[in-house]
Amino acid sequence: MGETLLFYVFSAAAIGTSAMVIGQRNPMYSVLLLVASFGMMSGLYVLLDAPFIAVTQIVVYAGALMVLFLFVVMLLNRPSEDDGDWDVAHPLKRPGMARFGAGLATLLVVQLAWALIRTTRLQDAVNGTSDGSSASVRTIGRVLFQDYTFAFEATSVLILVALVGGVYLANREESR
Amino acid sequence: MIPLGHYLIVSAVLFAVGSAGVFMRRNLITILLSIEIMLNAVNLAFVAFGRHAGIVDGQIIVAFVMTVAAAEAAVGLAIVVALFRHRESLNPDAFTSLKW
Repeated sequence: MGETLLFYVFSAAAIGTSAMVIGQRNPMYSVLLLVASFGMMSGLYVLLDAPFIAVTQIVVYAGALMVLFLFVVMLLNRPSEDDGDWDVAHPLKRPGMARFGAGLATLLVVQLAWALIRTTRLQDAVNGTSDGSSASVRTIGRVLFQDYTFAFEATSVLILVALVGGVYLANREESR
Repeated sequence: MIPLGHYLIVSAVLFAVGSAGVFMRRNLITILLSIEIMLNAVNLAFVAFGRHAGIVDGQIIVAFVMTVAAAEAAVGLAIVVALFRHRESLNPDAFTSLKW
């Protein structure tokens, strides 16, 4: 029952935030809403007994990838498609909202610390639960490095190519 | 346990939202974000299928998709930066030099 409720909450939130991503005129809000969407999808992965993918989703997607997008959005400094003047006095730019955000960030740290201190079943995520329903990190690692070794190594080449391509493309014209 | 079909419906809706974003928006960064939404929708389908079949291969594929998504975002954003430097615009309609 609880699982069904969580599924519908996470699904509705993921679809809703994704729809808002493409409904925003300001790419900054789009990126932040997409982070929320990825968080909700991570909840869906937990429901699917995939804790490793859920954590990777948060760390890689919501963490690294979205920070990359945020960097480019801020770097290009083109706040909206229309360059409208309605976002000059937006509430998020007022100091009161900034204080609210700082409070939320502090709350997150306290919450994370509380959760990590109270967690007693961390071992289950690594070794899998006793009934074997949850896919453990150990199982994933074994399959990844035994059955998918070639694909894994090919991925490293792909990342190298992406690295070189990104550096070359973002290079300044005159220094080429 | 939630039936497989429910997850697939969520995945399909997310993919539809992402593709709608690609076609509707006129901002290169938002288009890249929509592509990320579509990749995530596919990831969800992979994990749901793997869970249904009782194998971890679905999760492994998702790890590869995430790698490809990261590479795609890095190169894509570099292209966006280069294009912006060239034309001072993020509107894809501004880049029609190759159109005939």
